[in-house]
Amino acid sequence: MTPAAATAVLAAPAPPGFLSPTGVEIAFLLVGLVTLGAALVSVTTRQLVHAALWLVVALGGLAVEYLLLTAEFIAWVQVLIYVGSVVVLLLFGLMLTKAPIGRSPDADSGNRWAALTVAVAAAVALVWVVVDAFRTTWIDLDGPAAGTTEVTGASLFRHWVLPFEALSVLLLAALVGAIVLSRKAKADAAAPAAPGKEGAR
Amino acid sequence: MNDALDVTLRLLVVFVVFLTFPLIVGQTEHKVMAHMQGRLGPMYAGGFHGWAQLIADGVKFAQKEDVVPAGADRRVFQLAPAVALLPYLLVLLAIPIGPSEGAVGQVLDAGVFFVLAVMGVGVLGSLMAGWASANKFSLLGGLRTAAQLLAYELPMLLAAASVAMAAGTVSLPGILHAFHWWWLPWQIVGAIVFFVAGLAELQRPPFDMPVADSEIIFGAYTEYTGLRFALFLLAEYAGIVVLCGLTTVLFLGGWHGPWGADGLGWFWTLVKTAVLAFLVIWLRVTYPRLREDQLQKLSWTLLVPLSLAQIALTGIVKVVIS
Repeated sequence: MTPAAATAVLAAPAPPGFLSPTGVEIAFLLVGLVTLGAALVSVTTRQLVHAALWLVVALGGLAVEYLLLTAEFIAWVQVLIYVGSVVVLLLFGLMLTKAPIGRSPDADSGNRWAALTVAVAAAVALVWVVVDAFRTTWIDLDGPAAGTTEVTGASLFRHWVLPFEALSVLLLAALVGAIVLSRKAKADAAAPAAPGKEGAR
Repeated sequence: MNDALDVTLRLLVVFVVFLTFPLIVGQTEHKVMAHMQGRLGPMYAGGFHGWAQLIADGVKFAQKEDVVPAGADRRVFQLAPAVALLPYLLVLLAIPIGPSEGAVGQVLDAGVFFVLAVMGVGVLGSLMAGWASANKFSLLGGLRTAAQLLAYELPMLLAAASVAMAAGTVSLPGILHAFHWWWLPWQIVGAIVFFVAGLAELQRPPFDMPVADSEIIFGAYTEYTGLRFALFLLAEYAGIVVLCGLTTVLFLGGWHGPWGADGLGWFWTLVKTAVLAFLVIWLRVTYPRLREDQLQKLSWTLLVPLSLAQIALTGIVKVVIS
């Protein structure tokens, strides 16, 4: 949800308080807790494929949160891209490297404290920014949906065209980079004669 | 109260469709294959035309022991059939069969994205089964499934995007309301790309490399027995129903028919879906299996460029006529 669209549609005259929450707010909170729990399990479990499957739960929970915020289009795109493609790619990689059933003893890192620090710092920054930006915005659930495809498309291509295009160029650069890297590796492998049977193991 | 009743009724109808239509497709497949290949087996059970063959199959599956291999990841192994089957139930909710408000389970604002997203989730079931079985054939099957999905998801999405561009909406009933007969030749390339990519996503022959029985036994489903195996088969037939229904709605005009009677909308949708389902069975008994490299080549060098060309054509025509 972009700030421009949010403020344009929302801005209720008397902002409701946090006490006496509605059913949707309770559902939002519960789904949020499930999502957070799944995310935590996903980074702490020692079973690699289970981590990927918990990631599916976390991403799906996020899609439900979008739905509860009436952003239907974003929710389905979230499922399509992240659950349907990114997790499939992850599982493909895990299968290709023969992820074992059961715990992987080496699925831990010596950098865990550094990683934890960075993760907590990033989370605090994100939460602080989001809370600061949207503290006073409320979505009117009874009115017309604020996150329909039409509204999202209009705000994306009217107010946010430049970031959108910049992102697509960034992705294109990543794509070209990936192709160059894979071709280079192939050329390197071909140059020294007979790579041997090691690769087939 | 009335709303609750309405919702319950809709869910019930969708559920009944979900339970019956895949079985009808399965029964048709038995009979069509028996005729096309001169098979005698499926023609005996029950007497006339072997009508009881499907029931016999069901009884057989229900009787078999539900085995979980000792080395398998129990929970993921047992969960996989449900993950493979349930998404198709959700997709059926969004497919409209008639023009009226009551002829669709639930009108969704972004229906095209919903159906494609949820269909993609179903493949996770095969991947989970392939990994959790602790069997190298299953693992190979899972790998092939993932590779196939990654290759064919893109052309399928692009073809669907072309129709959405033409209609100016991503809602399934909205697309059908905007449909004209000349969309048929206009979008024909997209239709073929969508249908072929959908076949590949369902792992139907000639794209059944992930379950190739002569090479890797039965791919990701090798270790499954009894009802769980039957659920995977059911998922495949439900997938056929969903794919044919979607192709009908997106490309063949759904409820629009030659004699545009309003009351006949559901009839046209069902006839078109049935013809497409027959085509799916026909392709199965006609074509040999594609090799893995041929599969990838077909997608990346033929279907993706074709779907991009279709999008360009859609855009040009759209600008010219507006």
